[in-house]
Amino acid sequence: MPNKDNMTTMHEKDITKEKSRQKVVKLFVQVMVYAFLVAMAIIVLFPFYWMIISSLKTLDEYRMSVPTFWPKTVMLSNYAEAFTTANLGRLFVNTMIVGVISTLLSLVITVLSAFAFARLEFKGKDLLFSALLATMMIPGELFTITNYSTVTQFGWMNTYTVLIVPFLVSVFYIYLLRQNFMQIPNELYLAAKVDGTSDLKYLWKVMVPLALPTLISITILKMMGAWNSYIWPRLVANDEAHRMITNGLRNAFTDTTGDVNYPVQMAAVALVSAPLFLVFIFLRKYIMAGVSRSGIKG
Amino acid sequence: MVDNKQQWKAWIYLSPAIVLLLIFTVWPIFNTVRMAFLENYSGLQAAGGKTFEFGIQNFVKVVKYRKFVSCLKNTVILCVTTVPISTLLALLIAVALNSIKPLQKILQTIFFLPYVTNSIAIGMVFAAMFNIVGSFYGTENEIVVTAGIVNNVIEFLGGKTINWINYGSTYTANMIVMIVYIVWNALPFKILVLLGGLQSINKQYYDAAKVDSTPRRRVFTHITVPLLSPMLAYVIITGFIGGFKEYTSIVGIFGENMGPADDAGRLNTMVGFIYDALETNSQGRASAAALILFGIILVVTMINTQVSKKRVHY
Repeated sequence: MPNKDNMTTMHEKDITKEKSRQKVVKLFVQVMVYAFLVAMAIIVLFPFYWMIISSLKTLDEYRMSVPTFWPKTVMLSNYAEAFTTANLGRLFVNTMIVGVISTLLSLVITVLSAFAFARLEFKGKDLLFSALLATMMIPGELFTITNYSTVTQFGWMNTYTVLIVPFLVSVFYIYLLRQNFMQIPNELYLAAKVDGTSDLKYLWKVMVPLALPTLISITILKMMGAWNSYIWPRLVANDEAHRMITNGLRNAFTDTTGDVNYPVQMAAVALVSAPLFLVFIFLRKYIMAGVSRSGIKG
Repeated sequence: MVDNKQQWKAWIYLSPAIVLLLIFTVWPIFNTVRMAFLENYSGLQAAGGKTFEFGIQNFVKVVKYRKFVSCLKNTVILCVTTVPISTLLALLIAVALNSIKPLQKILQTIFFLPYVTNSIAIGMVFAAMFNIVGSFYGTENEIVVTAGIVNNVIEFLGGKTINWINYGSTYTANMIVMIVYIVWNALPFKILVLLGGLQSINKQYYDAAKVDSTPRRRVFTHITVPLLSPMLAYVIITGFIGGFKEYTSIVGIFGENMGPADDAGRLNTMVGFIYDALETNSQGRASAAALILFGIILVVTMINTQVSKKRVHY
C-alpha cells in the first residue's frame, strides 16, 4: 500500500509539473502573438504617423539629417499653404458634386433593377442576370478604351456628366442588393398587393428600409470610389473646373522624389485622407460588410 | 394578365440600367474586339474617314514591342511576389488576431485602416519615407540633406543608405519599394476575409484536437488551413486579378513618370501600357493589349480555380 501511495503522489507531482509547464508555454506563445501583432500594427500605422508629423514640421526640421519623431514647432500653416497650393477647395467641391450625384442616381438605378430581379417575373430573367454577372469578369480597361471614344463623340469631354454617367450601373451592387431583397419574405409583397399598395410605395416603405445596411454600404463604397478615382478622370476631365481630388493632388505635387517640400505635400495628403478616415471611424462596420463581399476597391 | 403587367413593369424598372449597360459595357466589349483586329486602328484617323484592314498585326506588334515586354515583366514580378507575401502575412495576422481576446477589436481596426486610403495619396507618403532629399542628378558632388526615414532606420541598425527611388536607383530597389507598398495596401482586405473565415470555423474541431493534445503546428496545418481554404482561394484569386491590374500604386510613388528620374517608364505595367496607347490615339494597340490582359487574367483565374478544386475543402 505505501508503494501505491507513493505512486499517486508522484503522479500528481507530474501532473502539476506538466500543468505549470503548459502554462509557461501558453504564456510564452501569448506573449509572442501579442509581440507579433503589435509589431505589425506599428508597421501598418507608421506611414500615417509619418504623414501627420511630417506635415507639422518646418521645412528645416524635416531636412535635418537626424529625424525628429515629434515636431519641435508645430507648423499648422503648412495646411493652409497646402490648401491653396493644390487648390483643394475647388477639388473638394468638384469631387463632392460628382460623388453625391453619382451615388444618388446609382442608388435609384440599383434599387429598381434589384427589385425587378428579386420580385418580378419576366421572360429571360435568369439569362439576363447571368449575362450581367458575366460582365463582372472583364477588366475595366477593356471598357475604358471604347468609352473614351464614345464620350468624345457625345461631346462630354471635361464635363461632370462624363465623370458620373458611365459608372452609374454597377452589376456588383445590383447583385448585392438583389441578394438582400430576396431575403425579404414574399408574403410581405403579396400582402401589400392585396392592400392595393403600389410597387413603388412598397419598395420605398418596406424594402428600402429593410435593406438599409446594404444601401449604406453601397453609398460609402460609391463615395469612396469618387474620392479615389484617378485613371478615368485623368483621361476625360483633367481641366481646372472639373478636376477630381486625387488628380488634383497628383498634379499639384508632380515630384515625389528629389528635393521636395515634403511638409506641405504631406499636409495636402493628410487633408485628402482626412474625410476617408472620418468615414472609416463612424461607418466602419458598413464598409467592412460591403468590402468582404466584393474584393474590389470603390 | 397580372403576368403580362409584371413583364412590362420589370422592363421599365430595368430600363435605365440596361440602356447604360448597352452603351458603356456591352458595346465596348464588341467594339474593343473589333478595334483590336483592325490593323493600326486609330480613333482619330477613323473619324477622318480612314478605313482599316482586318488582321492580327496589332497583337503581333504589341507582343514584339519592347515596352510591352517590360510592362508584362513588371506586372508578373509584382504579382508573383506580392500575392504570396501578403497572403501569408495576412494569414499569420488573422490567426494571431483570432487567438487573442483583449485588444482584438482595436488591432482589427488598425489592420483594416490602410484599406480606406487613397492609393495615390499614401503612395506619396511612402515616397517621402524612401526618398533621399537632396540633389544628386548624376553629378559628382552629391548633396544628401536627409536620407529619409527608412534609410535612417537602416543606418541606425548598422546598414548602409540605399538609393531606393531617386535618380540612379536600381531596378531591384524600385521593385522592393513597390512590393512593400503593395503588400501594405493588400493586407487589410485579406485579413478581413481570412479573419471572417476563421471566426466561422466550428470550435468543436479545436476542442477535439485539444482532447487528442494535437500540437499547435498540426492544428494549424490540419485544421485551420484546410477549413480556411475557400477563403484562401478567394483572396489569392482576387489578389492575382488585382495584381495584374496594378497601376495607381506606382503612380502614387513614382508619379506619371512610372520610374526614377533617369529611367521613366521603367516600372510601367500592363494597365499603364494600355493607357499610354490610348493617349496616343492608338486604340487598335490599346485594345489588343487589353484583350491580352483579359486573356492572362482569365488563364490565371482558371489555373487558380483548378488548383483550388483539388486543394480546397468545402
